[in-house]
Amino acid sequence: MSLDPITLTVIQAGLQQVCDEMDLSFSRAAFSPVIAEANDRSDGIYAAEDGALIAQGVAGLPVFVGTMQYSTRTLIEMINEGQVDAPNSGDIYIVNDPYLGGTHLMDVRFAKPFYRQGKIFCWLSNTGHWPDTGGAVPGGFSASATAVEQEGLRLPPVKLFKQGVMDKEIFSIIQSNIRVAEQRIGDVQAQAAALLVGETRFSALLDRYGDATVSEAIGELKQRAAQQMRSYLQEIPEGTYTSEAYIDSDGVINEPLTICLSVTKSDGSLCFDFSSSSAPCLGPMNSVRATTHSAVYLAMRHIFPDVPMNAGAFEPFDIKGIKNTFLDAQYPRPVSGCAAEVSQRIAEAVFAALVQPLPNRVTAAPAGTSGNFALGGHDPDRGRDYVMYQISGGGYGGNADHDGLSNGCSTIGISKAPPIEIMEQAYPVLYHHYALHEGSGGAGKHRGGFGLDYEVELRRGHAKASFVMDHGRFGPQGACNGGDGGTNKVAVYRDGLAYTPDHLSKEQDIDLSPGDRVHVQTPGGGGYGDPLDRAPDLVVEDVSLGRYSPAQAETLFGVVFTGSPPAFDAQLTEALRTKKRAVKDRAH
Amino acid sequence: MTESDNRKTSTIVGVDVGGTFTDLVAVSPNGLHLAKVPSTLDDQSSGVLAALDAADCEISALDLIVHGTTTTTNAVLERKLARTGLITTQGFRDILELGRRTRPQAYGMYGQFTPLIPRNLRIEVPERMDSDGHVLTPLDETAVKDAAKALLDHGCEAVVVHFLHAYANPTHERRAVEILRSVWPNSYITAGHVLLSENREYERGVTAAVNASVQPVLSKYIDRLVLALTDQGYARDLLVMNGNGGMVHAQSVAKEAAKTVMSGPASGVMAAAFTGRAASELNLISYDMGGTSTDVALIRGATPSISNEIEVEYGMPIHVPMVDVRTVGAGGGSIARITSGGLLDVGPDSAGADPGPVCYGRGGTQPTIADANFLLGRLRPSDLSSSEQTNRAKNVRHVFTEKLASELKCSAVEAAAAVVKVANTKMAGAIRMVSLSLGADPRDFALFAFGGAGPLHAAALARELDLPRVVIPARPGLTNALGCVVADLRHDFVRTINTPLAELSCSQISSVFEHQVRRGNALISNETVDLECVDTIFSLDMQFIGQTHLLRVQIDDPNMSAIDLQALFEKAYFDRFHVALQNIQAAVVNVNCSVIGRRPPLDLSLLLDKDIRAKSVIEAQTDTRNVFFDNTWMQTPVFSRDALPTDATLRGPAILEQMDSTIVIPPDDKMSTDSIGNLILHIGGAT
Repeated sequence: MSLDPITLTVIQAGLQQVCDEMDLSFSRAAFSPVIAEANDRSDGIYAAEDGALIAQGVAGLPVFVGTMQYSTRTLIEMINEGQVDAPNSGDIYIVNDPYLGGTHLMDVRFAKPFYRQGKIFCWLSNTGHWPDTGGAVPGGFSASATAVEQEGLRLPPVKLFKQGVMDKEIFSIIQSNIRVAEQRIGDVQAQAAALLVGETRFSALLDRYGDATVSEAIGELKQRAAQQMRSYLQEIPEGTYTSEAYIDSDGVINEPLTICLSVTKSDGSLCFDFSSSSAPCLGPMNSVRATTHSAVYLAMRHIFPDVPMNAGAFEPFDIKGIKNTFLDAQYPRPVSGCAAEVSQRIAEAVFAALVQPLPNRVTAAPAGTSGNFALGGHDPDRGRDYVMYQISGGGYGGNADHDGLSNGCSTIGISKAPPIEIMEQAYPVLYHHYALHEGSGGAGKHRGGFGLDYEVELRRGHAKASFVMDHGRFGPQGACNGGDGGTNKVAVYRDGLAYTPDHLSKEQDIDLSPGDRVHVQTPGGGGYGDPLDRAPDLVVEDVSLGRYSPAQAETLFGVVFTGSPPAFDAQLTEALRTKKRAVKDRAH
Repeated sequence: MTESDNRKTSTIVGVDVGGTFTDLVAVSPNGLHLAKVPSTLDDQSSGVLAALDAADCEISALDLIVHGTTTTTNAVLERKLARTGLITTQGFRDILELGRRTRPQAYGMYGQFTPLIPRNLRIEVPERMDSDGHVLTPLDETAVKDAAKALLDHGCEAVVVHFLHAYANPTHERRAVEILRSVWPNSYITAGHVLLSENREYERGVTAAVNASVQPVLSKYIDRLVLALTDQGYARDLLVMNGNGGMVHAQSVAKEAAKTVMSGPASGVMAAAFTGRAASELNLISYDMGGTSTDVALIRGATPSISNEIEVEYGMPIHVPMVDVRTVGAGGGSIARITSGGLLDVGPDSAGADPGPVCYGRGGTQPTIADANFLLGRLRPSDLSSSEQTNRAKNVRHVFTEKLASELKCSAVEAAAAVVKVANTKMAGAIRMVSLSLGADPRDFALFAFGGAGPLHAAALARELDLPRVVIPARPGLTNALGCVVADLRHDFVRTINTPLAELSCSQISSVFEHQVRRGNALISNETVDLECVDTIFSLDMQFIGQTHLLRVQIDDPNMSAIDLQALFEKAYFDRFHVALQNIQAAVVNVNCSVIGRRPPLDLSLLLDKDIRAKSVIEAQTDTRNVFFDNTWMQTPVFSRDALPTDATLRGPAILEQMDSTIVIPPDDKMSTDSIGNLILHIGGAT
């Protein structure tokens, strides 16, 4: 080793800074609220030869932690094989093909070669979630597509910018195939400008420390990240840990999809084996290879957040057995559920397997759904069409130290939900309540957090409602003898009659008339530890705050309330808990 | 005597209570009084009186006291709040608990959040407005009375009324407040729309809840302080600093108590802006480095950036206009460690004030930034004898060897230099992000360094950020108290209108401005403080339709046409993002106005104590010691800053020591002075 650790640290901070500035520039200038407000984007630096991740912005959306290196690698391979035109300085490639290292079609990647002395030194790349890329459903989250063509416009890698100048012909093809097209030019400019910021800042870093030193540091930092990840993995005893997680259905065939995972720790590495997971599905709940890998990486990063983000951190992981499963879908399988839903279920499987050897680090399962409810229609008062999205959070899993957080954002995201007041301003809807999903926190010594419970009414015009959610069939799983969190529930009230989607959490184009209502309850987090070990005063507090009913307290926690108004009864509680423990012991 | 003569003879006191010290600056024609005494956090007023005493102030002879207090900050952060109830729209009592679907950090699926008002004290009543302000369900007045009674039975001292869409139509909130006034035993009643007329129910609700729950705390504190001062014969005004960098009268401050929650850092930034204006350094990055964290703010044209979207901690937004101070997690007490990847990292963990860094000798065992400065010969605790110094140094060296140097395979001193370098790199990166997020290139600014540790790192940071100059004020450790002395009266108004330019009539904006100016003037004319003039500042928060980010555009003429506004916004947008977007309509989201009562300017040269100045630079030198710069020990002269001639110039390396701070001038940097007591460091000899 010739570089001292201080220079390494300083260059690491410098690389990070380049990416963070790209993230900032992209968000601040972007048009799409999904990018600007929800930060559904990511920027990074990737190796010239194989696209390996060198550094990525800390504020990037977690699901992109692993996808962009696959996307860049695929692009490099296609260039090398002559399938894509060779780069020149100032070019920017655009691509959104899910099967070429992507996620869903809405995640549009830009990649720009970064030149030093006439040679490509590395790639700068970013991903931004566009609000629409065409297809059957506005916004692209289909619940029942059966081929990728129904999901939107698919772009192979092409040069959108040629030597610094945008190709207006390519852009006009894109514009003609997507909705709210007039605003996309703002996002395209912002996305390209962010890469320019990266170029300027990275040049300054290289000028300061020298190309050779920075190159050497990049190699060394990769090894160090691998070393750091391996040192954390030492906490896991050698052995195999298994788990399963389920998707309610693919949206077309009403049967659950299973993720079967076995994680084997040996020789300082982890092998994630997904073989015997369900076969590729007809509906859009397929994942593609890059997203599946990224989901594993992001789950590991949730468990070990301090490891610096570069390709080295992923080195100790081997992911296998996804071929011929729905976690490695091939063209033309529909994939619009992969980033928002399937990736979260993969993360849940990783948590459920690794909470066994790492009970102090890993939590019980979080709600793990983006809770996508879309309403599209025509507002007669304003004379315009609209598409409204309500995303919502859910409870997080309990953990070794605390109860889970209520209404946390999705595992793969960091975005806030929009305020009700803004929704009602923008769309012809009226919320009747927006509340805690009572009773949904999974029972445990440390209970899960609570989901959300809302009901919204269509005020004017006709509209179609679509849902892409999950955990309707099974709640998020508890850990260490904790109970599962409450399930996701959807009910649609039309002319006063309740209707529940056949697929529970997924359905497309349900007709609504004025006065019709949609009622959604999102999942609570899984409980952690035996509910009978939960301190009775905490259960009493939960009951006094209306989070659980006295009856639930008795069934779930063995805490007894008597009389009216109900009061905690210590003696009966102790007796009931003793009895319940004896029953459990016998069952074991 | 004319009015202006009268001012010159008056004595003004600024007293600022910080986490550790209470600082005081008293300016009078007879000279300057300074004090720094320990803060008394249980009842800050005794610290205030102790400071007045320490500064030899004759309280009955003072003309004005301006006070910065962290009473409400501490109450919020430690949740020592008044028991508060909420009366809200049917179906929505959980808004304050659900938040906006977030977690505290991007990675790690855990977090803790305790709502300000517990669920059993949140009561729903039938009422509903739509987003246009039309009544859908009339207010159930009986339900309001019943709710009030229930909350009083639960022992609530303060109450919040928070209804959906009250920003669009506040009738229901107003009526509920009227009803409450007849039954509630005190005046601690906050209506959501009053502090903030904005369309985000969580942020508006939290702002109101913060206000209500700190109102009784602040009000009692101010009463105690006024009483104590009156007892000592003080008969004039007491003004209190707000988070917007302006002051309000003590008797009205509790009404909008939430505005004081972030006032601590604001006063330092106001002092920086004021000093910068006097020194013709109009564009500054203020850099206040203390024991556990560093506060950074941007000052353009001698005006600090203001934000309506400050988050005090996770899940606690306070959306009222406040000086936009960002906190960077590095301070003198930040701990250095070796990661399991074998790299050096500094912070965010801190040794805090207790036990503090190893070199404080209070039982600290972790290597910190302050310890690194100590080992490098830059920082020298002044109260130690030389044998104690040697002993302390031995301890610090031992800790650095054990925890860092053995891993890094270098000497303890090299490890210390590395700690400072890594800390500077991280701070510089954070400062860059702050200025870029506000649309500014840091290279266009000078660094204004204060706080106990700011001047230690300022020159190195400026070099890292490519800034030409560092300004170090006369009293770096008393800057916040100075901010109290120089601050103006200030009232900010924000009205959300959220209307596309095309649908906007010209008079719509100007009538909002007119109303805001009227309210501001009325508030200011009630104050008895001497003012030089009253200024108004107009701005609009705008966006292209379809966007969510807002860009603030300063408006000189409150009667501008929609066409001019569109052009003005397009230009501002291009300047900021270098993206030109034609044919996209802009919208006005917020109409903002600040009404500022300017106080007579203070002559900063009063802060200089000219009597103790040496005749030459050489005579001001107190010592020579070895200081580690650029991988080598250098014989470095040490000066008493207070003894330096007022026109001194120096070339680094040099160390300047003063009562409240230590200043490091690295080799190659030049130092000059200005007429009002600032030191200017010219990085790399730049001018």
